[in-house]
Amino acid sequence: MVPLSSLALRQPARIVDVGGGRSFRRRLMELGFLPGAEVTLLGVAPMGDPLDLELRGCRYSLRRAEADAIGVEQHGARAAASPATSSA
Amino acid sequence: MSANPPRVALAGNPNTGKTSLFNRVTGANARVGNYPGVTVERQSGFWRLPRGSVELIDVPGAYSLAARSAEEQVAVRAIFGLDGEARPSVVVVVVDATQVLRNLYLVGQLLEARVPVVVTLNLADEARARGVMPDASRLAAALGVPVVPVSAHTGEGMAALADAVDTVLHAPDRGRAAVGWRYPPALEADVTALAARVARGEPAEARALSLWALLSVDEEDELRDVPAEVRAEVTAVRQAALAAGRDVEMEIVGSRWAWLDALDLRTPAPAGPSWTDRVDRWLLHPLWGGAAFLIAMAMLFQGLFTWSDPLIALVEAAFGWLGETARGTLPPGLVADFVVDGVLNGFGAVLVFLPQILLLFLLLGFLEDSGYMARVAFLVDRAMKAVGLHGRAFVPMLSGYACAVPAIMATRTLERRRDRLLTMMVVPLMSCSARLPVYTLLIASLFPADGRIAGIVPVQGTAMVGMYLFSTGMALVAAGVLGRTVLRGPKVPLLLELPPYRMPRLATVLRGMALRARMFVTEAGTVILGCTVVLWALLTFPREVPLSVDYDAARATACAQAAPCGDSVATLDAREASERMAGSWGGRLGHAIEPVLAPLGFDWKIGVGLVGAFAAREVFVSTMGVVMGVGSEVDAGSAPLRERLRAEVRPDGTPRYTPLVGVSLMVFFALSAQCMSTLAVVRRESGGWRWPAFLFAYMTVLAWMSSFAVYQLGRLLGHA
Repeated sequence: MVPLSSLALRQPARIVDVGGGRSFRRRLMELGFLPGAEVTLLGVAPMGDPLDLELRGCRYSLRRAEADAIGVEQHGARAAASPATSSA
Repeated sequence: MSANPPRVALAGNPNTGKTSLFNRVTGANARVGNYPGVTVERQSGFWRLPRGSVELIDVPGAYSLAARSAEEQVAVRAIFGLDGEARPSVVVVVVDATQVLRNLYLVGQLLEARVPVVVTLNLADEARARGVMPDASRLAAALGVPVVPVSAHTGEGMAALADAVDTVLHAPDRGRAAVGWRYPPALEADVTALAARVARGEPAEARALSLWALLSVDEEDELRDVPAEVRAEVTAVRQAALAAGRDVEMEIVGSRWAWLDALDLRTPAPAGPSWTDRVDRWLLHPLWGGAAFLIAMAMLFQGLFTWSDPLIALVEAAFGWLGETARGTLPPGLVADFVVDGVLNGFGAVLVFLPQILLLFLLLGFLEDSGYMARVAFLVDRAMKAVGLHGRAFVPMLSGYACAVPAIMATRTLERRRDRLLTMMVVPLMSCSARLPVYTLLIASLFPADGRIAGIVPVQGTAMVGMYLFSTGMALVAAGVLGRTVLRGPKVPLLLELPPYRMPRLATVLRGMALRARMFVTEAGTVILGCTVVLWALLTFPREVPLSVDYDAARATACAQAAPCGDSVATLDAREASERMAGSWGGRLGHAIEPVLAPLGFDWKIGVGLVGAFAAREVFVSTMGVVMGVGSEVDAGSAPLRERLRAEVRPDGTPRYTPLVGVSLMVFFALSAQCMSTLAVVRRESGGWRWPAFLFAYMTVLAWMSSFAVYQLGRLLGHA
């Protein structure tokens, strides 16, 4: 599992874990940032922050600090036992 | 029945075209206000359905009912009819047809609460063009409530939507259906227990409100009116769950999304990158995106400045003509003065803002509706974060260089109240165009025209550029300080949606623009008008002041001695006006505050100028004209006024207005809140006098201390 901001550009990855402050984490999950969902890092703002992400066909921008509370794994590098829960 | 028509609420995610739909169905009859207690805009209007009209309420855009702030809570209040809001009979959920899944999360929450719902798939034309339009009848079958495809832009589906709402209005059960998602048994038990203990009303609603509280209430939320016992119960439930190793948020939200995903509504994504993605490769590119951003902002700024200029001149000319006409009609005297200098001047002071307000909201409307505004926030977030401001504060801050009044109105683009207030508190520090004449007058009068620093850099140009850099720097410092002190609050992380680019609709933009203008004139305008009349009275009364000369006799003598006596009469008029102003309450106020101003290098004449400048900063120039006895018909380029300023001497014969006094005065103007219109519009936007009072106090103190430091330091360094 790696932090979201370390992803290669335009390479879809799968969310493994969503962390962070409670209300922000809840808001992210409500938008569909859930274990099992596919997320793509599309770009980074000119000054290095925030990130431009694609999730379920929508585009969102998060700062690195919060994005890195989201653990992802690149396709092909899937761990044997993923802690993914109900959502697939 | 006609007095109290049934209420229908219009809810939905942000960026779903909800406002366009609202405008489309209500036509031109919308009313705007605020939700009580929070400055969140509340639009309502009438919508004609087949069996009579309903009152349609525009609920602020939300991804979910769960809330952490009072502003987000507004959606819950409006939908459930809490806290003084009448309960809507039907909730129309606007769903972006190109983004159905995420939007259905909110629909599910409403179904769960057993609220009568009509789902409308907006942007159906766009979804079809992109090949992602879901099957409405299949969706209706899956949800169990009416689903109507519409396009607010083309007008497609409006009759069908009105029919569907009408049907549900008269048969609410047609809009109710059991939501398909299921929670784990442990959570069900928690919700049932919570509902039994704290919630009232029918079971489904009690359950929905319990779920809402479970997701929303925590130690650091900023919600209003959540009873203490609800807080205690929710905390107890959450802690018990945590102790058992459960994740309540994941249980609720994960279960909901599991159902959404199982609906399998996802249409095959069109091959290749979308139009928006292709555009963004350029507009968000580290280099080209930066260049495009600079060009866009330069155009916004230039437009605000140059396009508004002729319109402002037009307003001023119109009021000048009106004033002259009134003077020609009314007998000379107090009544004519009151009508022209008080009332007409006051109306002029209000309407003179309209060109910039209209232009800014026209440009802002295009920026928002095209989707570029979110990109602006994305591009500048890193820099704005450094001083604790939101990325969306950039455009209001930039507009502040033109005028703080429209810029403060533009802070509505920020969602959080704290972000809005912080931006409002620092925008007036940006050097607005009304300060320019003051700077020009002082620089041209008190600095040598051919002066060079180190033999190369022109003094006058440097002083002007310096003032702009200084004000910008102070605004950023103030943002940093206020954000950590007075407006300190829990850090809310950035979450921006970058919506697809869409062609803005002129009608929607113009409507938003007209709405802002109307609100400004009716709400801030009355305060500005009142202040203008008060200021006029301050500088006019008392009428009887001791004069050094009998000016009427002097004028008669002058005309008896020389045939064309216009010039000498004008000189005498100006001198009389100067003495009358000195004797007025405003003049006495200038005298009274002289001891406070003396450590800054200012005399009572500048004090009177500052009183007059409260009407608008540029009025300083004409007030100084009157005080200095050269008449009010002066501008910043007026040679007689410049001469008089240079010629003023102290009792010891040295010049009174030195370059050091000039710098001190410019610093004062840069930092003080010398503008009643700014205060009036802050009152309107913050919903009370508290924040304008704070703004005035902090800026005045800051201005005084800075000018004090400049003047006293300058004297220590040997300047006069």
